[in-house]
Amino acid sequence: MATNTGGLGTPPSYEVSVRGLIRSFGPKGVLNGVDLDIAPGEFVALLGPSGCGKSTLLRALAGLDRDVRGSGVVKVPEQVSVVFQDSRLLPWDSVLGNVTLGLRDHDADARGRRALAEVGLAGREKAWPHELSGGEQQRVALARSLVREPRLLLADEPFGALDALTRLKMHALLKELVAAHQPAVLLVTHDVDEAITLADRVIVLQDGRVALERVAGAGVDHYSLRGELLAALGVHAAA
Amino acid sequence: MTTTAARRSTTVTAPPFGGGHGTHPGTVVEPHLDPNLSTRPDIRPSSRRLGPGRRRRFAGLVGPAALILLWVAASATGLLDPRILSEPWTVVSTAGELIADGRLQENLAISAQRAGLGLFFGIVVGAVLAVLSGLSRVGESLIDGPVQIKRAIPGLALIPLLILWFGIDETMKVLTITLGVFVPIYLQTHAGLRGIDLRYVELAQTVGLSRAGFIRRVVLPGALPGFFLGLRFAVTGAWVSLVVVEQINSTSGIGYMMELARTYGQTNIIVLGLAVYGVLGLLSDAAVRLLERKALSWQRTLAG
Repeated sequence: MATNTGGLGTPPSYEVSVRGLIRSFGPKGVLNGVDLDIAPGEFVALLGPSGCGKSTLLRALAGLDRDVRGSGVVKVPEQVSVVFQDSRLLPWDSVLGNVTLGLRDHDADARGRRALAEVGLAGREKAWPHELSGGEQQRVALARSLVREPRLLLADEPFGALDALTRLKMHALLKELVAAHQPAVLLVTHDVDEAITLADRVIVLQDGRVALERVAGAGVDHYSLRGELLAALGVHAAA
Repeated sequence: MTTTAARRSTTVTAPPFGGGHGTHPGTVVEPHLDPNLSTRPDIRPSSRRLGPGRRRRFAGLVGPAALILLWVAASATGLLDPRILSEPWTVVSTAGELIADGRLQENLAISAQRAGLGLFFGIVVGAVLAVLSGLSRVGESLIDGPVQIKRAIPGLALIPLLILWFGIDETMKVLTITLGVFVPIYLQTHAGLRGIDLRYVELAQTVGLSRAGFIRRVVLPGALPGFFLGLRFAVTGAWVSLVVVEQINSTSGIGYMMELARTYGQTNIIVLGLAVYGVLGLLSDAAVRLLERKALSWQRTLAG
């Protein structure tokens, strides 16, 4: 569906291209030579145990690691949006003000309203962030990233702090939004089911390296993929 | 479970050190007596709130009013010698006389002007210095040290030098107040600014905010709670500095009026001056708090 459609002979043009990425805090390497390509519109989920470097990789792509030691080549598009685990809304700004933060065009407000309507929050433009539920706050954060029409959407465990039911609703919403806006997506998560449900491709990061890479999505046997990913993460499900 | 009647009797006098089986003073649990539902008393523990409860209008006036009542009572019963502290009604009639011949308004106007000007300049200087020092390392190394030194020097100690430099006219008075005001504004705004969550700085980077946009949308609103805390100190400080400059060398103002009264032993005028300072302090603090509530309505706090 949204995988690389470049035919034979034409070199594939990737939205994201990472080569030999190395990052270290102190003597211990966090990323030890990561290679990663993401095609335009492709949804990649990044799995891995805590401390495997998945957030560090995402921060490198977001340009948030300027004071970190390391090397490697990172090619990302101009328009990158980030969704954090916390909604990270400015508490002193209205919902609409948060969505349009940093937009400089004249129709920023109109676009912000449309984005809020898209995430099902029409009419809440003037509310303060603390007046919203956790799920609603995260929807505002989604609206804030998508109003910028990003070519790449980086999401760092965006649903990690939500309850299970809200999380399922957010999965459906994210799928819908990604289908409508077609950004390339890198979703960092530790939820194997979330990765399988949402992504076209799942990558397992271990000790700062890509340990496993599998195609997910339609036509893939969820159950066996789930077992394989869990095994790669060191969890051996009882037969 | 205590009965309602027993509980009511304990609501006025709070047991010392929160004793009395943990009953919270001021909360009365009404038993559930709807016969259709149940005849057992409703024993919801949820009725005990930990917050201070709802805000009530004019609640801030209760304390000052009680103080005045105490004064009236002590004077009326003769407990308070009028040579020590004038009776409230004498002070009221003195106020009437001074208003009739225009002296009170005149002195009040000049005092308010001095305090207002000093406050204005102090707020501007303190806030600008705080932003400069909070946002750049160079600014901090240049500004923070001298402000801390100024903080350690009492305002009174500077007056001889200020008189030598600026004479005894209005400039010296306003400057003294400004110097007293800018320090708390600087300290609290700077602390508020430095306390802004780094996560918001990251956010500003990812949404591509410009430097100016970052200051306007993140830094200034984030530092506002600190600024208002500083403002409340500053307003009080402005009145204190005012008393100092007006009682040391002045030919006008409330402080001068009181100093003159001291020479003639007119306790009633001195007490009137004190009352005026008190009312001014109370009113200005209420004004700042009102402003704070309006400007910080995004906050969810116990203050409500």
